[in-house]
Amino acid sequence: MRYLVYAVAGFRRYATYRQATLAAVFTNCVFGFLRSALLLAVAGASAGAVAGYDEQQLATFVWVGQGLIGVVSLWSPPELADRIRSGDVVADLLRPIDLVWQLLAMDLGRATFALMTRLVGPIVVGALAFDLFAPRRFSTYPLFACSLLLATVICFGCRYLVNAAAYWLLDARGPQIAWTLCNGVLGGLYFPLWFLPSGAALLIVVATPFPSIIQLPLDILVERGSPEQQVVLLSVQAVWAIVMLAVCREVQRRGERRLVLQGG
Amino acid sequence: MTVIEARALRKEFVVRVKAGVLRRESRVIAAVDGIDLTVSRGDMLGYIGPNGAGKSTTLKMLTGVLYPSSGVVRVCGFEPVPQRQALARRIGVVFGHRSQLWWDLPLRDSFALLRHIYAVPAADHAARLSRCRKLLDLDPFLDTPVRQLSLGQRMRGELTAALLHGPEVLFLDEPTIGLDLVSKQAVRSFLAGIGDAGDTTLVLTTHDLADIERLCRRLVVIDRGRIVHDGSLDELHARYGSRRRVVVDLDAPLVTPLALPDVSVESIEADGRRITYALEGGRTTAGELVRRLAELASIRDISVLEPAIEDVVARLYADRDRHGAGA
Repeated sequence: MRYLVYAVAGFRRYATYRQATLAAVFTNCVFGFLRSALLLAVAGASAGAVAGYDEQQLATFVWVGQGLIGVVSLWSPPELADRIRSGDVVADLLRPIDLVWQLLAMDLGRATFALMTRLVGPIVVGALAFDLFAPRRFSTYPLFACSLLLATVICFGCRYLVNAAAYWLLDARGPQIAWTLCNGVLGGLYFPLWFLPSGAALLIVVATPFPSIIQLPLDILVERGSPEQQVVLLSVQAVWAIVMLAVCREVQRRGERRLVLQGG
Repeated sequence: MTVIEARALRKEFVVRVKAGVLRRESRVIAAVDGIDLTVSRGDMLGYIGPNGAGKSTTLKMLTGVLYPSSGVVRVCGFEPVPQRQALARRIGVVFGHRSQLWWDLPLRDSFALLRHIYAVPAADHAARLSRCRKLLDLDPFLDTPVRQLSLGQRMRGELTAALLHGPEVLFLDEPTIGLDLVSKQAVRSFLAGIGDAGDTTLVLTTHDLADIERLCRRLVVIDRGRIVHDGSLDELHARYGSRRRVVVDLDAPLVTPLALPDVSVESIEADGRRITYALEGGRTTAGELVRRLAELASIRDISVLEPAIEDVVARLYADRDRHGAGA
């Protein structure tokens, strides 16, 4: 119940900023057009398909991916790092609830709001301007919903770890820049990872959490592969979600030992 | 019943300082250096000291957010760090310069959220909130997002948030910092009411000594991480030579100076017609001084100035700086 209340609070927090949400959707759509133009040109030069994606699938990859950015909150402000640096994290630690779980619950509330706004906006615009791919198998929908949830959890874990670096560094801007680069290049945001040689792509998918945030949910949605392969992709995400949360809790435990509360 | 017990509590920080072009040296600084402290249920404890003395560090160790380097500490029967979440249900904390409220949410929503976090029964929550709404006059801004509140309003919200789960111990870290006089009075009156009820222990750190005079029966002074005074305010005055002053206005200057034991002239103004006497020790009372003066001159007016806590503490801090400079 406590976590549900936190999730509701997270939803309400972000629902407050409607104009910011609108601006974010607009920006995502602008970049959606740019990315669509680029990837469809690549597909056109390759007889309408590239790396196993046809034009419909590529357009869907781009537009749903633009919506996913908001749902998983790829580039959110380093709120926790700022609170660690300023010492305000003390207020979070003084609640009778684990900090990782309380922030995760709030983030899931935020993601629910983003699902209804940040995801829907680009999909509608993309559907009006392009021919998008509609899943042929009914099972894809629940699989995509689970994948979306796991992607949000994994992204939360990554952001949490980047922010928690402030326990040691005080200033987490370095890890923040590295995270921005990794989630773009290795996550499948700038281009589908399968554009790379298959061995390299497979290594990145299995050995890093980044593809589980953007690439794998979109592969599940556009039905790249059989239903069994979709389940395998979902399993990879599930493993990463568990690993990330376990690492987050351990880092938090160690971080608290390092905590130096600034300024009185 | 003891609610806070600390024995040889110590917190060290490692500070790296430049010692050459590329070289850095590590120095260990003891922010809290072996504190022994026992606080009983219902105590109203003022915990004061100059900047950097270790007040907030102590508070953070008592609440479980900072690991002590050594020593033993128990609050409400819990070890604060390993049992921080269990302890959090039994204590309330207010930081004057930090917020525990949710910036984007109205106060009402923050309070509702806290009810669930602390698993407070609805009836208890409603009763406590109702009391705070009345005493702290929260209703005009209960539906305003925290980010839009004035500092005084936010602090009233912070106090409410810290009390909604019925804590046994309330830690207050500079709760009146930055507040205007009216807000300070409101916060002090509210806290005095809580203290007078006797079932909540208050531990207050502040630089505003009026808070201490108004609220605290017991005063602990910390300096360089060590306790230098633990007792009542009166004991502090006695120990650091607080002086009462008697200001007399005379019709004409004294012809013969008055000589009494433990009485000294602090200042002479208005061509000798206004004299300020300082009373030290107890050999001469203010009444005796006035009686003897009346025998020597015609008195127009008299006022007795009680020692101000600011003077005592300023003297205490000045002593510390002198000794520190000489060390």
